[in-house]
Amino acid sequence: MSAHAHGTQHFDETKRANVKFSAAALTTIEGLLKRFPEGKSKSALLPVLHVAQAEGDGWLSPEVMDYVAELMGLQSIEVFEVASFYSMYNLTPIGKCQLEVCRTSSCWARGAEDIIEYISKKLNIREGETTTDGMFTLKTVECLGSCGSAPMLQCGAEYHENLTEARVDDLIERYRNEGTRKNYTDLIYTNSK
Amino acid sequence: MSRKLLLTHDNVPNLHTIDVYRSKGGYASVEKALKKMTPEEIVEEVKKSGLRGRGGAGFPTGMKWSFLAKPEGVARYLVCNADESEPGTFKDRYLMERNPHLLIEGMITSSYALGANTSYIYIRGEYFYVSRILETAVAEAYAKGWLGKNILGTGYNLDLYVHVGAGAYICGEETALLESLEGKRGNPRIKPPFPAIAGLYGCPTVVNNVETIAAVVPIVNDGGDEYAKIGIGRSTGTKLISASGNINRPGVYEIEMGVPVEEFIFSDEYCGGIANGKRMKACVPGGSSVPILPDYLVCKTATGEDRLMSYESLADGGFATGSMLGSGGFIVYDEHQCVVRNTWNFSRFYHHESCGQCSPCREGTGWMERVLHRLEKGLGNMNDIDLLVELARKIEGNTICPLGDAAAWPVAAAIKHFRHEFEYHVLYPEKVKDSKHGHKEPIMPVKLAPVMA
Repeated sequence: MSAHAHGTQHFDETKRANVKFSAAALTTIEGLLKRFPEGKSKSALLPVLHVAQAEGDGWLSPEVMDYVAELMGLQSIEVFEVASFYSMYNLTPIGKCQLEVCRTSSCWARGAEDIIEYISKKLNIREGETTTDGMFTLKTVECLGSCGSAPMLQCGAEYHENLTEARVDDLIERYRNEGTRKNYTDLIYTNSK
Repeated sequence: MSRKLLLTHDNVPNLHTIDVYRSKGGYASVEKALKKMTPEEIVEEVKKSGLRGRGGAGFPTGMKWSFLAKPEGVARYLVCNADESEPGTFKDRYLMERNPHLLIEGMITSSYALGANTSYIYIRGEYFYVSRILETAVAEAYAKGWLGKNILGTGYNLDLYVHVGAGAYICGEETALLESLEGKRGNPRIKPPFPAIAGLYGCPTVVNNVETIAAVVPIVNDGGDEYAKIGIGRSTGTKLISASGNINRPGVYEIEMGVPVEEFIFSDEYCGGIANGKRMKACVPGGSSVPILPDYLVCKTATGEDRLMSYESLADGGFATGSMLGSGGFIVYDEHQCVVRNTWNFSRFYHHESCGQCSPCREGTGWMERVLHRLEKGLGNMNDIDLLVELARKIEGNTICPLGDAAAWPVAAAIKHFRHEFEYHVLYPEKVKDSKHGHKEPIMPVKLAPVMA
């Protein structure tokens, strides 16, 4: 079960009225809905929420979830109950680059705790926190299936493996220079925003 | 040198493209199956092969296929379980990344055998970039006429879709996966009915692991009997092993079933021995859910026989002195790793991943995590150790799905084999205060001789 805070965000009618997805996102969603038999389009909810999260600055606000519900002909609560179950959906705002460091056994045995501590000190944030410039969020996650190249972290769709302090330095430097948000969906469509 | 069936052309550049894959004999099984075999004949070959589910449970695949209900006018589905989330397991990712067409070929041949016209590959959300590799390969297969309408002019139609999840270990359980594929929370369903009767959208469905479906390709190409010749006893064929932890050469290895564990860990063909000249302390041979083995039970069974990489040999001794092959997530720990901390680590994982549906698991995993945490920090007492054993007993067998068992078994096994280490944490709290206590010096000397009850 997701460890996110549940139901802490207020629903804002004005914000809801202003929710609008890009044309590229809507096309992607349309394609996803077609993959299922007649009347079973709810099946597309998980991938659609990934697109919605990318459209919504990296998190799913109550307004965005409500918009998705309308788009898919679902009740808002059906969207929320799914969004709150899966760990890849953020129900609170996050930084542009969320560094998700694996903490499970194989990574732990190869120094994941040192990497987490190093990032924490370097960025001056604890787990779950975001840097004041809104650039980085540090998150620890469970096994990402990269045990043979441990320790590792994920940011957006990218895997960074066999981490050392030097590699973490390079990575943070690179992301800071790029300055863009990293989404899981970066590979399936380009967010026009 | 083990014979390879799945990673044969592993190092061929651009194997992920359809042209290179075809040049290595790819898609031959589809031609053979669709043009020369009936669906029943394929099921028969899979039965003969002795192939067992590679996701962890090891259930005979041919038997699973033969359970599929075939009511008139009702759609049937094949769903590939690519929700690889068992800690220590990364073989499916490796296979899909290097050789996506092998999975697609297996999906076409298997879908034909099961009479499915729509099939899905459910891949864990974190593998988003792998899903792109698969999507590209699927598009290539459509373009070349291996998918879509009237494949090879045989009148067989198949649509194949790649579906990404969103981060939930539980979706590796087949009924939770189906719930998730229907766009819901991943809560496992009560069985029966089994998916073979009522699965996706209530229709008959087979859910198979990536490696299982890939193995159908060589089985159809060479015949089930040929496949069954590889391996040992009821563990036939080859198996992908994900090797990780404190070894010199972590990675994915395809082995013939029956390779001695000692050879697997210490030969340079595989793990290459323990890293940094240290000694092995323990091994989890089949992913985090299986019992941990202390060094003296890793390479030999309790009766002194060589332990082999097979379903039977790894389970030799039951839960008292054996473990399981599971998903093949082979994790090795050196003498500097703290077993209590590792057990807590696993427990935290299961607590995080419990879907919350059944009380024994939802509450029990959290309780175990908290008790283990205080033991690990040197704040526990001797009763806590027995409390953990008691808790594990209360969880196992009392939940809808096996996650509860998976959470309980590693704790019970760790205490059985390393009780002295748990007691050490109670007796010498000042020595375990630092979270890296294991890394500075071995917190307990590695036991040399087995202590048998």
